Amino acid sequence: MDIKAYIILSLTLFTIGVIGVLVRRNAIIIFMCVELMLNAVNLLLVAFSKMHAMSAAAKALPTFASDAQIFVFFIMVVAAAEVSVGLAIIVMMYRNIHSVDINFLNRLKN
Amino acid sequence: MNMVWLIPILPLIGFLINGLGRNSLPKAVSGFIGSITVLGSFVLSLLVFMQVKAGNFHQTLHYFDFIRLESFTIPFDFSIDALSTLFLLIITGVGFLIHVYSTAYMHEEDGKDYAKYFAYLNLFVFSMLLLVMGGNFVVMFIGWEGVGLCSYLLIGYWYKNEAYTDAAKKAFIMNRIGDLGFLLAVFWLISKLGTVQYDEVFNAANLAKLTATDITGITLLLFVGVTGKSAQIPLYTWLPDAMAGPTPVSALIHAATMVTAGIYMIARSNALFSLAPITQSVITIIGLATALLAATIALRQYDIKKVLAYSTVSQLGFMFLALGTGNYVAAVFHVLTHAFFKALMFLGSGSVIHAMGGEQDIRNMGGLHKHMKITSITFLIGCLAISGIPGLSGFFSKDEILAGTFAHSPLLYGIALFTALLTAFYMFRLYILTFSGTFRGTHEQEHHLHESPKAMTIPLIVLAVLSIIGGYIGVPEALGGHHELAAYLSPVVKSATHHLSHNTEYILMAVSTLLVIVSIFIAVFRFRRYSTEQNNVVTKWLENKWYIDELYDAIIVKPIKGISNFLNQIVEKRIIDGAVNGVGRAVNYGSRQLRWLQSGQVGAYVLLMVIGMLLLFIIQLFL
Repeated sequence: MDIKAYIILSLTLFTIGVIGVLVRRNAIIIFMCVELMLNAVNLLLVAFSKMHAMSAAAKALPTFASDAQIFVFFIMVVAAAEVSVGLAIIVMMYRNIHSVDINFLNRLKN
Repeated sequence: MNMVWLIPILPLIGFLINGLGRNSLPKAVSGFIGSITVLGSFVLSLLVFMQVKAGNFHQTLHYFDFIRLESFTIPFDFSIDALSTLFLLIITGVGFLIHVYSTAYMHEEDGKDYAKYFAYLNLFVFSMLLLVMGGNFVVMFIGWEGVGLCSYLLIGYWYKNEAYTDAAKKAFIMNRIGDLGFLLAVFWLISKLGTVQYDEVFNAANLAKLTATDITGITLLLFVGVTGKSAQIPLYTWLPDAMAGPTPVSALIHAATMVTAGIYMIARSNALFSLAPITQSVITIIGLATALLAATIALRQYDIKKVLAYSTVSQLGFMFLALGTGNYVAAVFHVLTHAFFKALMFLGSGSVIHAMGGEQDIRNMGGLHKHMKITSITFLIGCLAISGIPGLSGFFSKDEILAGTFAHSPLLYGIALFTALLTAFYMFRLYILTFSGTFRGTHEQEHHLHESPKAMTIPLIVLAVLSIIGGYIGVPEALGGHHELAAYLSPVVKSATHHLSHNTEYILMAVSTLLVIVSIFIAVFRFRRYSTEQNNVVTKWLENKWYIDELYDAIIVKPIKGISNFLNQIVEKRIIDGAVNGVGRAVNYGSRQLRWLQSGQVGAYVLLMVIGMLLLFIIQLFL
């Protein structure tokens, strides 16, 4: 299948993620958008990995074809760890200010 | 000859002892050290003089290399010959007398200042000896700067008086202007000949290498240096102000020795100056103009030391007149006799000031003869000597200058003779106003009048004797003499070239003597009964010194101050400070504006981050 379709899908997901982070104020939604961006990147990595698997370089070096896919697992692990910390922060935030609106968290100003 | 180096070293040792021990030495010791070191130099100079006179040789003593470069070397040499030994005798001899005199004159100073005074005086003698003994222009320049420094230190000796320190600064700055000329001349010599040694510069082969322009340029620049040190137009105004220093200092530095350094330098370089007719004319005109100008100013001064100061300037002018007319021996001769009688008169005036308790205005004096006979009589001898009364030293030297000038140009002779008459007039005005008539000061001063102590009168008597007999070493042939001074100096200094018949010389002597006596009588009758002198336009100009100081103020000092003020107010405050403060203000303003970016809204930060990343992408991909 044409690689372009994957790239366009990935870019679309990433852009949705960025715009979500920029325009939404709900911390949970922002969090989800961040995840969306991470997964857009994951998708891109897998797509490129599959595309390059048949190339000459991959034949010379056996691990070449699977490197990017292993990288995706790393990203998933890091994302999972991040989610656990991030959700904990959001829970603490809700307990303290009874809201998950990030615009309330500007006390460091001034 | 091996002891020659001791001559300048002795006063230097005296300077070090007095300078370093000024807080602990008792007055008697510092005065003694100051005097004895100069006496030691005098004795050594006398021995050297005897040897030079007997052997009639001159010799360069090499000590070490002062500057050694690839292309040339400047050695530290002493040149011992007829000219330098003569100056050695004047400096150490008169210097010793003045040191002795100072021990009494400065007695009221406290111990620390007293030792400081002798330290400076010894340093001066050291520098002056270096100046005349140096075997090249660079060593001379070291001494030249040294005497300028000591002159500055001693004029400003009473540094708590601001007017005195101003006078010291004036002397130093004016000397520096001249010194620049000297320095440029030395550079010129080095660039053309690659040497500054006297015996190398003045030999015929090297002189032939110089073009006429070189010689004229070098000699004119040297003369610029001379006008500063020897107080000639246009740089003479510092000398009358230099009278702010203690009177013995005026006698030693500003009459007998330092101001004659210029005459020494030109006499030393006579081989060079004889080849520069333009420079010689300049020297003649400046010398004569200075002599006349200073003499007219001296007619109408009321400060006893100022009269003597202008008289010194005038006499120095005479010496330059002699140098300009190629009469080098006469100039050196006049340096010698002038050192005697002018030092005598300065010390005499010091004695008067001492007796009057610091009063220097001759309008408040008068009738001092009966209170201080020795001072009065020795002062009278000085006046007669400077006026040129036959038989005294001044007559021989002044007559020789006048005769040489007559041979050169009768017109210049007329002006010089007129100046000589003015000299006699103002000197006797000074003498009569000070010593005869009735006392015009306060009762307290009159009660205080006394003859000075022996340490002051003995130098006066010695100098008076020298003022009488000093001229007999240079009796002209017309009067049956052999002019021994000219014979002695002949290896170094060319004798005068004028050939006047003896009859002409007799007539000149008779005319000048007669007119001088007439002029003295006029002065005596005019001032015998003192009343306040009436001022008219001319005398007002004279009293204000032809407004030369005001003129310099208007054309030099004021514009410089204006420029400095402009630089300070506009360039410094507006432009430089403006630029520096502007940078600070811009940073301050910029940071105030940038502060608004720090909103604390996380969304805003993320937005900026994304924009930044997009920009980087655009730059990376499209540019």
